[in-house]
Amino acid sequence: MTQPVVGVLALQGGVAEHLAMLESLGARAIRVRSASDLLGNDGAPVVHALVLPGGESSTMDRLCSAFGLFGPLREVIAAGLPVLGTCAGLIMLASQIEDPAPGQQSLGVLDVTVARNAFGSQVDSAEVLLEWMGPSTTPDHLDSHPGDSASHADTGDTAEGHVDVTDAVTGHLGRAFDLVSGRAASDADVALAPSGVVRAAFIRAPAVTRVGDGVEVLARYQESVVAVRQSNILAISFHPELTGDVTVHEELLGLVRLEAAV
Amino acid sequence: MVSMTHTVHSPADNKTPVTGSKLVKSGLADMLKGGVIMDVVTAEQAKIAEDSGAVAVMALERVPADIRAQGGVARMSDPDLIEQIIDTVSIPVMAKARIGHFVEAQVLEHLKVDYIDESEVLSPADFVNHIDKHRFTVPFVCGATNLGEALRRITEGAAMIRSKGEAGTGDVSEATRHIRTIRSQIAELQGLYTVSPDALYVKAKELSAPYELVVEVARTGKLPVVLFTAGGIATPADAAMMMQLGADGVFVGSGIFKSGNPAERARAIVAATAYYDDPARIAEASRGLGEAMVGINVADLAAPHRLAERGW
Repeated sequence: MTQPVVGVLALQGGVAEHLAMLESLGARAIRVRSASDLLGNDGAPVVHALVLPGGESSTMDRLCSAFGLFGPLREVIAAGLPVLGTCAGLIMLASQIEDPAPGQQSLGVLDVTVARNAFGSQVDSAEVLLEWMGPSTTPDHLDSHPGDSASHADTGDTAEGHVDVTDAVTGHLGRAFDLVSGRAASDADVALAPSGVVRAAFIRAPAVTRVGDGVEVLARYQESVVAVRQSNILAISFHPELTGDVTVHEELLGLVRLEAAV
Repeated sequence: MVSMTHTVHSPADNKTPVTGSKLVKSGLADMLKGGVIMDVVTAEQAKIAEDSGAVAVMALERVPADIRAQGGVARMSDPDLIEQIIDTVSIPVMAKARIGHFVEAQVLEHLKVDYIDESEVLSPADFVNHIDKHRFTVPFVCGATNLGEALRRITEGAAMIRSKGEAGTGDVSEATRHIRTIRSQIAELQGLYTVSPDALYVKAKELSAPYELVVEVARTGKLPVVLFTAGGIATPADAAMMMQLGADGVFVGSGIFKSGNPAERARAIVAATAYYDDPARIAEASRGLGEAMVGINVADLAAPHRLAERGW
């Protein structure tokens, strides 16, 4: 039984916490520090998913540019590799940064605008319980009712719901693997975490100030959008890897399983 | 029951944000890992530091090399300077308070700095007590030359430790000594944890640190907070060596803005810290940087001028 391999961008920031959490969920987690950690000789990704961790987004941006990681990252994410961005990772994924550091770029693969340090300085950093609306099965149809877990389950059970999800996540790896936990690889509703609560830590956190079409809102904090999904991309303002809450990482591994089931 | 408030029960009822917790204090330090924190004395320098990829800046009136050269009592910086720097950059801004000077710390917290460095580089304000850091919402970083000192600071509420080195010298030997000392003391505890855990009681006594913390370090093989290195780092290779010796990141004080080409050197030290185990990239980063800070050999410093000995 092979394990999913998840790369964590390891240029700077809270890398070790993501590695530990992914390993605890049964994945094999590797550090990504150069293009060769991400792409094989054939140009195909060597990982099944990617995490862009928290840290200083301006620092990561400069290192990515200086060491040729920008192109490869953008390429694999645009091609459908499941990715989770936390805090600085959210900023890196966004199509627009409201208040970039001078010259700061982003990958532009997630159709949102973000504001950096949207909740104030470090004295405003906080731990909080957030209502988490697990991604619906129909990310392209925003008329679903994310608060109603019963309707979630119903949608997930229909063949139509299944097709929507697999369509939304474009297949690209071309190889399937067995599930970490031994669940069947065709089990489409593994990505359907029930609506619930996430223990979040906001640390000089960014916020999403504009949500594009096809981007689903998964959580809000103080009226601001702090978690979104756009097909293969999950992005959050906060740090579940610090609080030990596995909800979001399980969502990421759920996307990998969906991918494998295609 | 006299309350007229209508309560709505939902799974996320307990939604009051908790600020200043141990987790959010040490969490910011976690996000600085693998990065370089640079001393700056003007808003322009802060900008250069940010542009070069610093993860944070330390706002100061004088870098340690100048404090050393000019002598006199060194204190907290002018709030105007600190605010200018906060307004200029988007990365975290740290500032230094004197050891034991809890009112300087209150002022810095009011100014909304992101981290306070209770620092031996300034003149101590209390030769007995350090600041009770639990009383603050803002997190603190403190210096240490050995494990016992680090654990005492953590007991007082420090959310990040930096080994001290000898600031303002450009001589990395003391930084090396301190990070090696801390790491080898941790390794020793780790060994005892499996072989003879009963020896940890006397270790706690020897280290003058709480038994519970000593056991935690012995069990996990690391400090419960992030460990950076400081004091004398002047080149990309210096920074990479500290990382290979087990530091989570580095502070560079005088080493950048006392050198010939600060922006280039800053970028090079950032790259060497990220790729600390890649000699090819460290070599590349080290090329054509111009003059490093001139520096002072620590061995030539008379004992009263050694800053690392401040703190208890």
